Amino acid sequence: MAKNVGIVIVSHSPDVAKGAADMVRQMVGTHVPLAWCGGNPAGGLGTSVEAVVKALELAWSDSGVVIMVDMGGAETNSEMAIEMMPEKRRARIVVCNGPIVEGAVMAATESSSGATLERVRRAAEELYSR
Amino acid sequence: MTSERMKAGLPRARSRAVLTHAGGLHARPAIKLTQVAKRFECAVWIALAEQGPWIDAKSIARVMATKTPYMATLYFDAEGGDAAEAASALARLVESDFTDDGNGA
Repeated sequence: MAKNVGIVIVSHSPDVAKGAADMVRQMVGTHVPLAWCGGNPAGGLGTSVEAVVKALELAWSDSGVVIMVDMGGAETNSEMAIEMMPEKRRARIVVCNGPIVEGAVMAATESSSGATLERVRRAAEELYSR
Repeated sequence: MTSERMKAGLPRARSRAVLTHAGGLHARPAIKLTQVAKRFECAVWIALAEQGPWIDAKSIARVMATKTPYMATLYFDAEGGDAAEAASALARLVESDFTDDGNGA
């Protein structure tokens, strides 16, 4: 089971989500569980609860998972996705209040050192909390 | 920051290195520097001048925010059990243009 905290990127645009995930992979490396989702089933902009659930399962780590979102529905759908996860996992998933691209890279940097869920969340939110 | 530094009795080590990385300390080298700093138990600070101001080298947001330019000198100050190793590993990382991260890469 993955030890480092996982990162899930949820954007209305699949291009944004995938691009942010590419930055994490290329800049931070592959030691962090990572998944992304974005767009609606019709190929347009949007987010879906099912896609977030799937991403959470892909990036799952027993250390927890942080979710980076862009705006509005991405956040509410992420919260609904958390509700759909098994109860014992719910407390180990947090939606972060940080910029989706920079936050994902910074969260992954923190996670890559084996940091706790709380520290990873703090790294993701640092740019908004100053 | 200063109040958190220099706890009495802890081993302390300093080092410095010139940033020869083209483009300065941009995202990728900043991430690498933070990752190497985090590998050590000791506290590690970084500064662009010998007298500071010192910032936490384990904080990626803060390290990136230094916007350290090409050819600037980076100063490291480590405090804790493995301070000597941390200070020399970080100087080596910068001197090697971020190729020597101590992992034999």
